[in-house]
Amino acid sequence: MRRYSAFAIAREALRHHQGWERAWKSPAPKESYDVVVIGAGGHGLATAYYLGRNHGIRNVAVIEKGWLGGGNTGRNTTIIRSNYLQDPSAAIYEKARSLYETLSQDLNYNIMFSPRGVMMLAQTEHEIRGYQRTAHANALQGVQTEFIGPQKVKELCPIISLDGPRYPVLGALWQPRGGTARHDAVAWGYARACSDMGMDIIQQCEVTAIRSENGQVSGIETTKGAIRTRKLAIVVAGHSGVLAEMAGFRLPIESVALQALVSEPIKPCMDVVVMANTVHGYMSQSDKGEMVIGGGADGYNNYTQRGSFHHVEETVRALVETFPIISRLKMLRWWGGIVDMTGDRSPILSKTPLGNCFINCGWGTGGFKAIPGSGWAMAELVAKGEPGPLAAEFGLDRFREGRFIDESVAAGVAH
Amino acid sequence: MLLLTCPNCGVAAEETELAPGGEAHLKRVGPGSEDADFEGYLFLRKNPKGVHFERWRHANGCGKWFHAARCTVTLEVFGTYSAQTTEPPKDILLKIDDKRPGWRG
Ligand SMILES: Cc1cc2nc3c(=O)[nH]c(=O)nc-3n(C[C@H](O)[C@H](O)[C@H](O)COP(=O)(O)OP(=O)(O)OC[C@H]3O[C@@H](n4cnc5c(N)ncnc54)[C@H](O)[C@@H]3O)c2cc1C
Ligand SMILES: [Zn+2]
Repeated sequence: MRRYSAFAIAREALRHHQGWERAWKSPAPKESYDVVVIGAGGHGLATAYYLGRNHGIRNVAVIEKGWLGGGNTGRNTTIIRSNYLQDPSAAIYEKARSLYETLSQDLNYNIMFSPRGVMMLAQTEHEIRGYQRTAHANALQGVQTEFIGPQKVKELCPIISLDGPRYPVLGALWQPRGGTARHDAVAWGYARACSDMGMDIIQQCEVTAIRSENGQVSGIETTKGAIRTRKLAIVVAGHSGVLAEMAGFRLPIESVALQALVSEPIKPCMDVVVMANTVHGYMSQSDKGEMVIGGGADGYNNYTQRGSFHHVEETVRALVETFPIISRLKMLRWWGGIVDMTGDRSPILSKTPLGNCFINCGWGTGGFKAIPGSGWAMAELVAKGEPGPLAAEFGLDRFREGRFIDESVAAGVAH
Repeated sequence: MLLLTCPNCGVAAEETELAPGGEAHLKRVGPGSEDADFEGYLFLRKNPKGVHFERWRHANGCGKWFHAARCTVTLEVFGTYSAQTTEPPKDILLKIDDKRPGWRG
């Protein structure tokens, strides 16, 4: 792989850009692999990458039914933060956030990580107490956050209206090293690095069945033929239930639509990410100048990548209250993704009832921020067959045993 | 926007009037049951890509529960029916057979 650099840009500028290589190969599937990963979203690609980088397993295929990054990885609002309440969450999200800090260098691909700071507004007395509690928990976990007052909120984000008609801003949980990154670039950067290690990324190839022998996974059927494998990693977000059924088990997951939208581009007016969980909306400004907007998920099962209009209306109403200057903005694009929700709003990284078949799912409305940490932990689980410290608490057995990692109270909003 | 006719009061209700209640026809397990049974009842879900039977409540209307048969891929509604049953009625099953041959797979 030819490295990207300032020198490479200069060189190509002098030769009419004829020398750029394809970022990744598009091979036909081989007959068999050591590991097959289903799903070329961020989590699947990161799993493959760390299998190669941390565990030396490179005879790997990543199988994708559409195009890589075309699922939720290319549909999210790119918020990165690690200010979670529970210790296992803080550990894996902070691992991910810290890997994001140097991911562009590690992958030699600009993922545009922008640690511009994330604030979660407290707009009720209850929220103040909740966020103060989270700030204390974060201090113990080694995650840098701070509870700030309304004046600091206004300083950091002048376009916020502190005395909104329904809910005044009473303070915020502030994570200065949270922020955003370019979502497509995360998928593309991992894909390029995987391809460079000799892994096969096979797009437009849908997995239609999972084969097993004596309780152990033996291969998959796809629209491009059968593929044998010793180990299988299912990393398909909203389609987890479909793949689990193929493998013969059920999951504590419901698939629902989550939507986002962006406005026409405007001059820079906001250089932090703001989440307002009580009124249910969040916003940041992209490098192109668009206001990137998200809100709540629908409440019913849906595979259409299209959500309810009234949810978008609620989101926009809440944000106009919080940021009156956006009231006349036109919206440019609007889309949905299918997110995989667990009851405790925490992910699943787990062995499954089928031998040598592992699953990574349940990231729901908030898994973009987790991609590097999740891939790191999943690769360890697949390579060793047992979870390491980052994944240990996120097993499927927690539902049977009542060991929930309850983040539903702590977040309460799509994030 | 999803429209469901509430079989209790007959109103063709818009989504904003309704509250979703999740998978229908789950078999409730009792005190003597195994952990695995409770896990199945409380957490494990079919979450199908296709025909789905679910519970809804006419929250901002008559307030009562009912059932709906719906496709999660097209959002087509096959019909709604009473909450007082443990399985979908025959006429709705036949209608689904007609529209989605082989769905019982
Ligand atoms: C609107 C929206 C906003 C969001 N905002 C944020 C945010 O601000 N911050 C944040 O951290 N998270 C956010 N998220 C959540 C985040 O996008 C997801 O948690 C994350 O991208 C999941 O990545 P993934 O790799 O697991 O899944 P995906 O990117 O969905 O990848 C799964 C892949 O599996 C493929 N697949 C499915 N079935 C098959 C099959 N049978 N065979 C082969 N391939 C298959 C799919 O085509 C897909 O490409 C948001 C999500 C949405 C929808
Ligand atoms: Zn009614």
